[in-house]
Amino acid sequence: MIGESVKRKEDARLIRGAGNYVDDVNLPGMLYLELLRSPFAHAKIRSIDTTAAAEMPGVVAVVTGELMAEHGLAWMPTLSGDTQAVLATDKVRFQGQEIAAVIAEDPYTAKDALELIEVDYDPLPAVTSPQQALATDAPLIRDDKEGQDSNHIYHWETGDREATDRAFAEADKVVSLDTHYPRCHPAPLECCGCVADVNPATGKATIYMTSQAPHAHRTLFAMVAGLPEHQIRIISPDIGGGFGNKVPIYPGYVVATAASLLLGKPVKWIEDRTGNLISTGFARDYHMHGELALKGDRMVGLRVKMQSDNGAFYADAQPTKCRAGLFGIVTGSYDIPAAHVEADGAYTNKAPGGVAYRCSFRVTEASYLIERLVQSAAYEAGIDPAEFRMRNFIKPDQFPYTSATGFEYDSGDYEAAMRLALDKLGYDDMRREQAEARAQGRLLGIGVASFTEVLGAGKGKDYDIAGLRMFDSAELRVHPTGKAVLKLGVRHQGQGHETTFAQIVATELGIPPEDVDVQEGDTDHTPYGLGTYASRSTPVAGAATAVIARKLRDKARELAAHKLEAAPEDLEWEAGRFSVKGSPDRGITIQDLALAAYSDLPDGMEAGLEGVHYYDPPNMTFPFGTYAVVVEIDRGTGEWKVQRVVAVDDCGVRINPMIVEGQLHGGLTEGFAIAAMELIDFDEDGNCIGSNFMDYLLPTSWETPHFELGETVTPSPHHPLGAKGVGESATVGSPAAFVNAVVDALAHAGVRNIEMPVTSNRVWKALAEVGLAE
Amino acid sequence: MYPGRFEYHAPGTLDEALSTLDRYGDDAKLLAGGQSLIPLMKLRFAVPAALVDINRIEGLDGLSEEGGELRIGALVRHRTCERSELLHGRWGVLGDAAPQISDPIVRNSGTVAGSLAHADPQGDWGSALLAADARVVAQRSGGRREISLEDFFLGPFTTALEPQEMVTEVRVPDPGPRSAGTYLKLERRVGDYATVGVAVHLSFDNGTVRRSGIALTAVGPRNLRAHAAEAALDGQPLDDDRIREAARLAAEEAQPRDDERGSAEYKRNVVRVFVERGLRKAREG
Amino acid sequence: MATDVERAAPVAAPPRTHTVEVTANGERRSAEVEPRMLLVHFLRGTLGLRGTHIGCDTSSCGACTVLMDGVPIKSCTALAVQADGREITTVEGLESAEGLHPIQTAFHEEHGLQCGFCTPGMMLTSIALLRENPDPSEEEIRWALSGNVCRCTGYQNIVKAVQAAAEASR
Repeated sequence: MIGESVKRKEDARLIRGAGNYVDDVNLPGMLYLELLRSPFAHAKIRSIDTTAAAEMPGVVAVVTGELMAEHGLAWMPTLSGDTQAVLATDKVRFQGQEIAAVIAEDPYTAKDALELIEVDYDPLPAVTSPQQALATDAPLIRDDKEGQDSNHIYHWETGDREATDRAFAEADKVVSLDTHYPRCHPAPLECCGCVADVNPATGKATIYMTSQAPHAHRTLFAMVAGLPEHQIRIISPDIGGGFGNKVPIYPGYVVATAASLLLGKPVKWIEDRTGNLISTGFARDYHMHGELALKGDRMVGLRVKMQSDNGAFYADAQPTKCRAGLFGIVTGSYDIPAAHVEADGAYTNKAPGGVAYRCSFRVTEASYLIERLVQSAAYEAGIDPAEFRMRNFIKPDQFPYTSATGFEYDSGDYEAAMRLALDKLGYDDMRREQAEARAQGRLLGIGVASFTEVLGAGKGKDYDIAGLRMFDSAELRVHPTGKAVLKLGVRHQGQGHETTFAQIVATELGIPPEDVDVQEGDTDHTPYGLGTYASRSTPVAGAATAVIARKLRDKARELAAHKLEAAPEDLEWEAGRFSVKGSPDRGITIQDLALAAYSDLPDGMEAGLEGVHYYDPPNMTFPFGTYAVVVEIDRGTGEWKVQRVVAVDDCGVRINPMIVEGQLHGGLTEGFAIAAMELIDFDEDGNCIGSNFMDYLLPTSWETPHFELGETVTPSPHHPLGAKGVGESATVGSPAAFVNAVVDALAHAGVRNIEMPVTSNRVWKALAEVGLAE
Repeated sequence: MYPGRFEYHAPGTLDEALSTLDRYGDDAKLLAGGQSLIPLMKLRFAVPAALVDINRIEGLDGLSEEGGELRIGALVRHRTCERSELLHGRWGVLGDAAPQISDPIVRNSGTVAGSLAHADPQGDWGSALLAADARVVAQRSGGRREISLEDFFLGPFTTALEPQEMVTEVRVPDPGPRSAGTYLKLERRVGDYATVGVAVHLSFDNGTVRRSGIALTAVGPRNLRAHAAEAALDGQPLDDDRIREAARLAAEEAQPRDDERGSAEYKRNVVRVFVERGLRKAREG
Repeated sequence: MATDVERAAPVAAPPRTHTVEVTANGERRSAEVEPRMLLVHFLRGTLGLRGTHIGCDTSSCGACTVLMDGVPIKSCTALAVQADGREITTVEGLESAEGLHPIQTAFHEEHGLQCGFCTPGMMLTSIALLRENPDPSEEEIRWALSGNVCRCTGYQNIVKAVQAAAEASR
């Protein structure tokens, strides 16, 4: 039932090592595809010689951009309305870009053959930042695009410029921050890959794929590859983590499918970790300049200018009407009457992407900026950072609240979450401890961040992916023996849908979760949906599930009226059973009603107990919370050790508290990782530093802190279950909490900012600059 | 992800291994733990024509003290050192280094000797054993010699070993009854290479430092002895001023570079801080 | 049943292969392999034991962890030929006729897994830890597992799972 920490049904196979991940799929006659990647960030391709590679024993085919072009597949559309090279033809535009593919009888041979491909490159100067990209004499990256005469991609604005200018003109003080949210990467433990099986006899293409959105992918495949959509079946089996990395369509999928089509055999492509980090959808890389206008202790205006580093192709996986995702949520938890945001996107010689890694469509960037600015504002105003936030929070009686950038927040009680967090931390005691420590020469810092998230995309009118509206779906059928199967248009990668969605059915229809089989991921067997990312499954598919379960319950009521010979309105429902009001022993269980649906129906009633619902959410949902972090800095090395993390989240009604907490632990760890160590960097030649796990650092159990969780519950007024979604909240809200804590340890000496990742080197530099280094 | 092709030999005796090395010259690589070699082969940065797997050779996995001298056989794993009671107390520099090598799983396979032969300037054993005046026993068909680690490390990934030679043992001299040391490592996360590592190994005599060893990781083209810092300590009582002076000198002797782990200035400062902390800890021990 | 092609196709001068005999989860298995075949590919492909996973290409993540003679090793950083004559335990060897291994039950009970990709390696390292140290502290658990990366759970429930397994085995 909703609210219970039901143990997970999916565990049974996973703890036995019997999961079915894409690399576990092996089909008769299957071949293996390996990609050749460019060593240069920017270079013309003079020639590609694949003769020696093609002649190697065991090699079945070598594919280049030229061959793909013959089939109209050298380029493909991106989710942001741009085009992306599948295999490079004229030029390479980022280090690691796909140049050619070898298909062989085993992967070792394929790798051997890659070394025999000779590519003649003419290196070009590389562009490695938006500032460089947008300078007047910058090398043109997208000379393939007609009419593209610069590296500028888009300009986007939201809010009210004039009202904001007025607010700034009337301000007492202005606090500003220049910060770069660095490029990082979702790096799920399982890399991306597929097994493409285009069957020459049936003409049917079955593609096993690491996909968070199998239906959308099928439609896009049909449009890109020209395969008839009803002949494509995408199966997203068990996925070893997604975090947004498995939303885009990557060249490897397209080349594998084309190869399978041409060769008439199944083709497996599993990228290696280097391929994953160097070429697949990275996250963030926003250069942000933010200003807050203050009048006394109140924030009266927010102004943001930012530049987005989008890489060589504009491939943000976000709703089409959004150029900068949902960044407009940047006023956060605060009642800021005027705000204006402008953003410019730029091409650079780096991998394409940007919207990924539990970012909720750029909410991570927005939340980070406001929480860091608010921190500075508090120091400037001479007010405790927690107190300053509370004075500026949107108050409970202001909901539903329309922000200065047009978001209608559904519900919230920010002060309650903050107070609970401060209580759990023992905030006042901590401040005392901090002062005592400082007197002894030790540096303790307390960082607070209060975030408001926006998720659950979304209302079809406003939200679509490549034109496909972002509704989602649930199809529920109850069998004659009272068991049920629930099929969904979303696709989990570890979030526990097989359990939580069964709990929804259990609550609404009284069938125990173990009797509800939840299926996702096979486009032939599930209703159309837009997939799982941006924390949308519970808000959208969860709602769809509740709605359809209730519809079936309504039909069951009619059946019960028939079986019990009573009027439907005279029946009461409790825990899976209808009974006659006043005569509780005259009743019938849902299981018996299920049987009746096939065997004993009133005249005129259609048989069966099933239905499908496509849910169009009336609004987004707005979970929120306050995180508090305590750190101690080693003045000799600049290392910071986390002493405590308190995280209070409000995601409305929690379907399965255990699973929610697991999501929060994971999100807090990713937020910590981003704050502390994760970075994909580039040198001036565009060489990628961060394309393997020796350079791209993931925290282990040793570095990762222990988390103390708390909750408040402010239901969403518009969601059928009052639930809000939570998968990304902790990654959204926690980086600022960690950074605020480190800055807070040095704020008394005037330090206001340290850029992420907050490495020990950077901390030491800040210490040295203010004379606090050991 | 997939190594290139090679011939594989798994000799049962040392003689067999050495004659196989003779046959291949510098086209063969020895395989002990493989925790440095196999990753390089998977990336095809190393493409030896042959691998000589020494794991089946008996008698190479001893960790013992003989006449006060510590002997570490070629197949002694980091894991064994981490769990050995022998490496505490007067061998503290080694006992403190062992648990910090790479990550716990790598420590199960990787060997001390292999780490030395790999000669990564970011390798921890190099500094810990340098500070302890260790030497390697290098054998070849019909020959044997001992090489002090100072002479053994020539540069990044370069040692004095000839292609036909194999390290069969590491020997560490008796530091005397009153000795102490430690190894401090700054790393960005478990499993990363050191940003900076400092090994300290002191022998005391009536309250003065009879002999000191201070060696530095990841701040030079190889593991470095900080000789000037040691000279400032030798024959003197270990007081705070001398500790600070030695630390200052060691920082000067370091040759760090700017990289993603930090600036040269930062690393130099960490050397200073770690030498101070290491010496203080040795003083307490 | 699908056959896995993990060996190079027959060529004019076939590469020399070696016989590898392992005891995998208590069962004697034997195959001819090229020396360059990694142990993880041998397990997944030749032996069909797909519960051992591959997460990286620099021996950094531990997803491929198996027990060799009871000791955790990264099977992506070992050659199949090195396993000749040895005992290998993979996740598939944990459940017995008596039921699930206590570590498997504990991971399930404590929600110590989400996507499941790191889980086999994580459980095997945990088993080795508990054999050596039947009552580890949180710190000791985190230290012992620091070679196994997880992206989903944040490790906290994994620690609880190991503690629960320790408790159950006492």
